[in-house]
Amino acid sequence: MPSRVAVGLIAMLLGAGQSACAAPAASTVGGSITVFAASSLTHAFTRIGANFENAHPGAVVHVTFAGSSTLAAQIEQGAIGDVFASADQPTMQRLVNAGLVSGSPSIFARNRLQIVVAAGNPKHIGGLADLSRAGLVVLLCAPAVPCGRYAIQSLRAAGVTVAPASQEADVKAVVSKVALGEADAGIVYVTDVKAAGAAVQGIDIPARFNVTADYPMALLKDSQDAVLAGTFISYVLADGQHILAGDGFAAP
Amino acid sequence: MASTFWPEMALPPPDRRGSAAAPVPFLILAGAGVAFFVLPLLGLLVRTPWGSARELLTSSEALTALRLSLIASLSATAIALLLGVPLAWIYARVAFPGRAICRALTVLPMVLPPVVGGVALLLAFGRGGLLGGWLADVFGIHLPFTTAGAILAETFVAMPFLVITVEAGLRSMDTRFEDAARTLGARRWTVLWRVTLPLVRPSLVAGAILCWARALGEFGATITFAGNFPGRTQTMPLAVYLALETSPESAIVLSLVLLVVSLAVLVGLRDRWLGAS
Repeated sequence: MPSRVAVGLIAMLLGAGQSACAAPAASTVGGSITVFAASSLTHAFTRIGANFENAHPGAVVHVTFAGSSTLAAQIEQGAIGDVFASADQPTMQRLVNAGLVSGSPSIFARNRLQIVVAAGNPKHIGGLADLSRAGLVVLLCAPAVPCGRYAIQSLRAAGVTVAPASQEADVKAVVSKVALGEADAGIVYVTDVKAAGAAVQGIDIPARFNVTADYPMALLKDSQDAVLAGTFISYVLADGQHILAGDGFAAP
Repeated sequence: MASTFWPEMALPPPDRRGSAAAPVPFLILAGAGVAFFVLPLLGLLVRTPWGSARELLTSSEALTALRLSLIASLSATAIALLLGVPLAWIYARVAFPGRAICRALTVLPMVLPPVVGGVALLLAFGRGGLLGGWLADVFGIHLPFTTAGAILAETFVAMPFLVITVEAGLRSMDTRFEDAARTLGARRWTVLWRVTLPLVRPSLVAGAILCWARALGEFGATITFAGNFPGRTQTMPLAVYLALETSPESAIVLSLVLLVVSLAVLVGLRDRWLGAS
């Protein structure tokens, strides 16, 4: 009972704050869901979660962020959650094959690659071909992680050979080392360049060399509240889109 | 019967009166404590794909990472001995203002999250860092993304273990032997080499081994400061971490190699250096 009282109180507080824009069609079912989301979604999903709670008084969304494959491993080992939002298809497919997903995943966002350089582009990098220049410190993601696989695909499409100084374990490490000035350039996602702010800037990769990363999302088989989780997925596919677009994601 | 495991060499000799009877609550809690360490290891062993282990181990990627790990951790230990022993001696023997603060700063890497340590190293030794820009301009030395950088990162994280172990040894040794040597006319270097260091040998060995073991397992500072490139900066822990992304089986096998190598050296060295007990 006390938890129901708490939920009611939260609903009242939220209602008081949001009375001006309360959605009449909002469901009033309480409950809480846990969403496992790829780290590149940190900013967008934090905001989408908060908006969803406002639109659905009584609903609580817990979002856990980590690398997609780390999250998949946690789900395989029995972590209880309701929704999984992955940064790549193969990781989602792994869970589908393991029978841990209910229904079929839907693509809710797409990401593209960009070259990240220091603000002002001091090394005058104009495109992928410049990355093979001698004396340049170029970072890629490791081939084991999606951004590394995509970067290799993109360089191959452009016919460019790069000798990276390091194959970083995740995309954020590439961006932060460029931002710190320890590296001259790296290949990362458009959204990471945007999230890094004023210290860096992005150089576009033409569409014919670029790779599109699809972000799939699915309801998990062990969901404790499949109705609310389904509502959340629909919300991301509709109302969440402008937030994702604001972070640099392309529409599915 | 004394076990031959390494942490014992950092301890004073056991009570000569022999084995004591343990209170039952202690036995239960201590049993839970041991299980807490043993269960995760069992978890690894149970999940090890023994059938494909040989193939995964002899892959050139694993061998490259293992070789680099051994080179880097041994180099880090050598640097730690060179810089850490004099430092420990000064902390143990010389009273100077600010000694407590200096010592606290020396052991800071033990509590600092290693990733933060890696960023701090970049800010000091990176090309835009306090010293790194000068190193690059004057000597053409670049540390980030090089094997030297990986050794530097491991030394930063592991050296405190050597310093505090050797300092503890120096503080607890009987200084009358040094006094006697001096009275007999031995010079300071002679006293240090012939009396002090031999007397603290167990602490030196224990400190060096703790330092080496910490360097061998170092991950956060290395990947942050030196990056990850096979054969250059990708040590075993980095290879394990990246293997987890694609094939958890090979990550488990690589981890086991790391465990077996450390255990073999730790157990073997004790017998060699301290005599079987």
